[in-house]
Amino acid sequence: MSWNRKHLLDIESLTVEEILTVLDTARAFKAVGERAIKKVPALRGKTVVNLFVEPSTRTRTSFELSEQRLSADIINFNTEASSLKKGETLKDTARNLEALNVDFIVIRHSASGAPHFLSRVLHASVINAGDGAHEHPTQALLDAFTIREKKGRIEGLNVTILGDILYSRVARSDIWALTKLGAKVTLCGPTTLVPRVFEQMGCRVTHNVEDAIREADVINLLRIQHERQRKSMFPGLNEYTSLFGLTKARLALTKPDAMIMHPGPINRGVEIDSEIADSSRSVILEQVTNGLAVRMAVLFLVNGGKGPQEVAPQ
Amino acid sequence: MPESTLILNAAAMQRALTRIAHEIAERNEAGTEVVLVGIQRGGVPLARRLGTLLTQIYGSTIPTGSLDVSMHRDDLDQRAAPNVHPTVIPFDVTGKTVVLVDDVLFSGRTVRAALDALNDFGRPRRIQLAVLIDRGHRELPIKADFAGKNVPTARTESVRVRLAERGHPDEVLLEKPS
Repeated sequence: MSWNRKHLLDIESLTVEEILTVLDTARAFKAVGERAIKKVPALRGKTVVNLFVEPSTRTRTSFELSEQRLSADIINFNTEASSLKKGETLKDTARNLEALNVDFIVIRHSASGAPHFLSRVLHASVINAGDGAHEHPTQALLDAFTIREKKGRIEGLNVTILGDILYSRVARSDIWALTKLGAKVTLCGPTTLVPRVFEQMGCRVTHNVEDAIREADVINLLRIQHERQRKSMFPGLNEYTSLFGLTKARLALTKPDAMIMHPGPINRGVEIDSEIADSSRSVILEQVTNGLAVRMAVLFLVNGGKGPQEVAPQ
Repeated sequence: MPESTLILNAAAMQRALTRIAHEIAERNEAGTEVVLVGIQRGGVPLARRLGTLLTQIYGSTIPTGSLDVSMHRDDLDQRAAPNVHPTVIPFDVTGKTVVLVDDVLFSGRTVRAALDALNDFGRPRRIQLAVLIDRGHRELPIKADFAGKNVPTARTESVRVRLAERGHPDEVLLEKPS
């Protein structure tokens, strides 16, 4: 068994064996979701706090359902209604939650490193559900799971990530996971959103979309994140679509078995043609199904984690 | 090197499984819908072997499945998460006589977890338990209906079942701690 971590904070620090352990475990949990009774008692009596200090619908829903299917008790903490609005610090909020004897904290936060900070000050297991533009580890794990399930392998595949890389925590986590697992990753998008510095992470960077997709086995489209851009990084959405959108004409240039992925929510007609999103080439909805299985696997594994990260709080 | 004693060799294991198959057939007369479910991992190849033997005895195919009990264990927060293996039960267990199969019966906690896990797949008519080795030291009110061999052991000893399906010659060893 190669998992002894108490937290899941990022992909960067995981070994290949740890990533594969999550993917293998997720396969068993996917089967649970296909049964008449979709619930197992693995986290019975445990309490999970979903601390979403930034809006999220699908990730939070996916975590909630995963937790319910593991029989955990759940507290949802919404940023709009929370005391963080009243000036309480993140540490105080978390400590108050911990005074309720919670076992797991799933955190989404706009500040990079917030989950790492919590893991140092709390007894509970911390799972990163997205921190700023840093990492979104469960998304990368479900992407890797989906690629492996559909293509039978990851090693040696050409994976192109197309879109807003600079502001994307999904891109960073995907790059870590896929390069560790032996994929050849190409990044593409406007020069302002795909700087050459990403070559240091072991990726190919190109600003020519035809060049990026022609040899790709997997094309992962990322949403343009208006909310994270402080100033305009390109002239307009129409121009983005004409230069980088996955249109039918561009799809015709790709390998016939190139698979289309998107972490959602999709902007139909912006980064992806509406018909392509609904076509058999797209695995967007399977990514949602697999996200549940991966999140169940992560909760199951960190529950047993007795690793070196277990540090007593101050 | 731990000191080890041979408990069953290949021929004795084959005899034990043949006897268990005949006992299952004797207990469950023809017309009973018998299905076999092996507990991951050791019970799975044994269930397949018993399935082959029972198919010959009954003259009709006896379905075989595999069950992983990791998600139903009672010690999940006291140890690293166990490896999870596939659960494949390609038939409806409701109304059937399910024979759970495992290699070694020890505390009984795995069987308890298996009873819980099986419950999620339907409501069997009855559940019976077949094991290759019963080594004692039960911690729960569970007993085997069919046992290949009863072996008195000390708690500190371990019973190792090696099977041809996993690339070893068939044998069962009792290992004393060194």
